[in-house]
Parts: sequence; structure tokens; C-alpha cells
Amino acid sequence: MIPGVSITEILTLTSILFFIGVYGFITRKNLISILISVELILNSSVVNFVVINKYLYPEMLQGMVYSIFIIAVAAAETALAVAIIINIYRRLSSVEVRETETMKY
Amino acid sequence: MELNSFLLMRHEILLFSIILLLLIAELFLPRNKKSSMIHLALVFFGIHTAVGFLPLAEGSLFGGMFRSNEMIHFFKGVLNIGVFTLLLQSAQWLEKNMLKQDRGTEFFLLLFASLLGMYFMISAGDFLMFYIGLELSTLPVAALAAFEIMKRESGEAAVKFILSAALASGVSLFGISMLYATNGSIYFEDIMSTLTATNLTLLGFILFFAGLAFKISLVPFHFWTADVYQGAPISIASYLSVISKGAAAFILMILLFTVLKPLMHVWEPLLYILALATMFTGNLFALRQQNMKRFLAYSSIAQAGFILLGLVTGTQLGTATVVYFVTIYIFSNLAAFGVVQAISSQTGKENMKDYEGLYRTNPKLSLVMMLALFSLAGIPPVAGFFGKFFLFTAAASKGYYLLVFLAVVNVTISLYYYLLVIRAMFLRKGENPIPFFKSKIYMKLGLFIAVMGMLALGLYSPLYDYIYELSAAFN
Repeated sequence: MIPGVSITEILTLTSILFFIGVYGFITRKNLISILISVELILNSSVVNFVVINKYLYPEMLQGMVYSIFIIAVAAAETALAVAIIINIYRRLSSVEVRETETMKY
Repeated sequence: MELNSFLLMRHEILLFSIILLLLIAELFLPRNKKSSMIHLALVFFGIHTAVGFLPLAEGSLFGGMFRSNEMIHFFKGVLNIGVFTLLLQSAQWLEKNMLKQDRGTEFFLLLFASLLGMYFMISAGDFLMFYIGLELSTLPVAALAAFEIMKRESGEAAVKFILSAALASGVSLFGISMLYATNGSIYFEDIMSTLTATNLTLLGFILFFAGLAFKISLVPFHFWTADVYQGAPISIASYLSVISKGAAAFILMILLFTVLKPLMHVWEPLLYILALATMFTGNLFALRQQNMKRFLAYSSIAQAGFILLGLVTGTQLGTATVVYFVTIYIFSNLAAFGVVQAISSQTGKENMKDYEGLYRTNPKLSLVMMLALFSLAGIPPVAGFFGKFFLFTAAASKGYYLLVFLAVVNVTISLYYYLLVIRAMFLRKGENPIPFFKSKIYMKLGLFIAVMGMLALGLYSPLYDYIYELSAAFN
């Protein structure tokens, strides 16, 4: 627990992070930036779990354990996504969404 | 805790040992014998499927994180048969294209890892196990979608899939954190007893629901479906539309009917609207598709709408009909994708126009396709009719007459585009129809299992009674 900081303030911060992530996911044109936006979303929920655990239910560690698992899975996800993006880059020399897209409707 | 209580995880342990065995075999097999990997994997998985039908006790492990009962056990068996059929159907494609690049084993490893994730997902007892299962079932499929690395569409499909999957799981995690905040636990048992409809809970539920809705491609989250199905290899498109969607629909049903039951007054109208939107969007977009994979993608979106029709009831009849319908859907879609796979791996043709005059050259394949499409559309002797009929009965028994009426309208629309394919195959002569070819024995066996599944589920009624008996566990 951080003295002087209430749970509301931290939850506001994570909500803002979450919506920045969603906004970035929708508006960004570069595959890597989209990936970074997704990371923002995941990390906002990691902070959420830790804070809720610490402030509201300090007797059990469920939230902490959950956040560790999220970090591990997020790393795997990023590694796989980057591998796929590199593969695309090798073929097209570009990671812009507009140039990778051929299938529509 | 006794050691033999781990036998409750028999499916998982067996599948995991198969993955390890395949890895070892890959290491020690000489280079020129790599084609025997396919037979080896098929034999292993065949044994696993057969063993999976032995009875299994009920119970839970790890303090409630993992649980199993007869319904879950039965559904794992159905998933096993589905994957086995799919492997049989994709053996030819693997042999032809992937063995040259020395990549046959990876396919099985990734596919089995994803199936393992699905097992954990459907027998999860808390949100942590559920999340890990969901991710384990999603990530290997993204790698598999990019499997044909020489094809541009394959990479595009994979990147679309992994990015939208990551977004969906991130959003649903945020929702889970809110459910945790209001209930103080991530265990389903605890949440069930404390859940009340406050504003925070509702927001958490909606965000969480979005993640699962992505997996079964309900309408606001369906944009990835068509592109991924078209770009990915056919076996993976088939896997996504059959196994992945089936497992996700099953776990959604369990969660809604047990953990989230206190929010029933919220999710009932939500599913009502989503069912209508999904059915109409899927059907109307399917009308204008020319590529067979894309066509089947939209048809599978529409079928997800029908699944919701059973979920909206929240009764035991609803559970039974949903499981029955999903099982039928798995077999029908496997047969349809199997024919597309057979034709594509022989000739490389995937468009509806290429199917013209197929009946004259390949009558057996077109008969299988006809049965599959009739089953998807819901025309009597095949199982699909009974699946849809029971779903409508379940929805009507709760008084959703308008919903049932609109669903029947949708069945009519879907009949039109399914018959378009059948007309192309049977009535059109076609300028240069696909020449006669003989499929390999594995492909024939795969199609045979799918067709037998469709016929047996429709004509042998004790199967439905059996499912109805098992469904008591969730109500």
C-alpha cells in the first residue's frame, strides 16, 4: 500500500491506460504500434489485479498470482506476434497495415 | 491428496505425453523417414480418442481450480473425435506440402497444444485456469495460421488473428479484474455465491463477455473470422470454426448457467439481441461470397447465432440442446471443410465457380458436400434438422416466439446460399469441371467419420437422451 494514494486514484490511472490502449489499437496504422497498444491494455489489468489485492483483499494473494501469470502469458503472446510480423516484413518489407492487407469483405 | 486422484486429468496427461513422445520421435527419426510421423501421430491420437471414452469419475483438483464431471468428460470426447477427423483430413495436405520443408511434426505439436488448452479451459474451476487455458488454446492456432510461410495471405491471417485475440483477451482480463474487485475471489464457487448486479459487476461482466464473444465470433467481434479463415490453411480454418468455436461455446454455456446465473436478467436480453444480430449479419454476408472458405466462415458466424438461441433460455433443456447442436455442428462443418480440403489439396481450387459440374466427375464428394450443407441448413434426414428443431423448442418453451420466428426467417435465408453451392455442383455443367480424382485412404476415412456422425446423431435418438441426462449437472 502506498501512503497517501487511495485506490480510486490508481484505478483511475489504470482505466485511462486501458482506454489509451483501446484507442491506439483502433487508430494506429503500424503493426508494431498496435502490438504496443495491446500491451498497454494487458498491463493496465496487471496493475488492477495487484492494487485490488493489496487494498481490498490483503489476506489472500490471488490477485498477485494472477498478475504474474498475465505477465508471463503476455510475453509469450508478444514473442509470437513479433515473429509473425517479422515474417510479414521479410515478404513485404513493410509493417504498415494498409500494405499488408489484401483480403476485404 | 492421493496420487491416483490425478487420474481425473486423464485426458490432459495422455495428450501431454503424446506431445512429449512426438517431440522425442522427431529428434530420433532419420530424415528420410519423416513421413512416418503422420502415421505415428494419427495412431497415438487414435488411441487417445478411444481411451477418452472410458468412464471417468467426477471431482475437482488443486483446491477447485480444475474440475471434471460427466458432461465435461463427454464433450472432451467429442472434441477428440473432431480433432481426429480433422487430422485424417489434413494428412494429405501435410504430406504434399509440409514434409518437403520438414515441418510435419510442428503441425501436430501446435495443434495438440491448442487442444490441451481447450481441455483446461472447459474444465477450469477459476478464472486463472480459464485464462491460461484460453491463451494456450489461442496462441498455437495463431502460429498455425501462419503455417504456409510462403503465402502472403497466411501471414496476414495470422497477424489479424493474433492481434485481435490479444485485444480480446486483454479486454476480458480487465473485466475479470473488476469481477475480482467486487467478489474478492477468482474461484467460480465463491463468485457464484457473492455475485450481485452492481454497476461495477455489470461492467466487468460485459468486458469479460467480449473476450469469449470474440472466440465464438459473435457479431460485433466477428470481423477477423472471414479473413482468417480465408488466409489460413484449410485445416486451421476448419479447426477454428469447429473445435475452437465448439469449446468456447461450451465454456460460455457453463459460465453463464452456473457462475453468472445471478446476472441472468442482464445477459438474457443481451444474448437475445446478439443472437439476432449474429444470425442476420452472418447470413446476409454469406449470400455474396464466392470463395468457399469465406463462404463457410460467414455460415459459421450465422451458426454461432443459433447457438445463442439455446443459451438465452438458461434451462436444462437449453443446456442439452446447445451441446447437442454444437456436436452436430462439429460433424457437419468437418464434412463440409473436408470436401473443400480434398478438392483444394488435389487441384488448388477454392472458388464456388470451380465446383460447377462436380457431380458428373466426382459424385461421391458432391454427395458428402450435399449432406453436410443440408445438415448445416437443417433439412430433415440429416442431424442438423433435429439440432435446430430442438433449439427452437427450447427457445419457444421460454416464450421467445418472436426470436424463434426471426430465426426461422434466417434458416430460410441460409437455405438459399447453401443451395447455391448444391446447384453449382449438381445442375450446372461448368466449362472445365474438376477432373475425377481419387482421395487417399485417410481422407476417405475422415469424411466417412464426419458423415456417420451426422447421420447417427440425427437418427439414433438415445444419443440426445444421453446428453439430456448429462446436462443436469449444470442446472
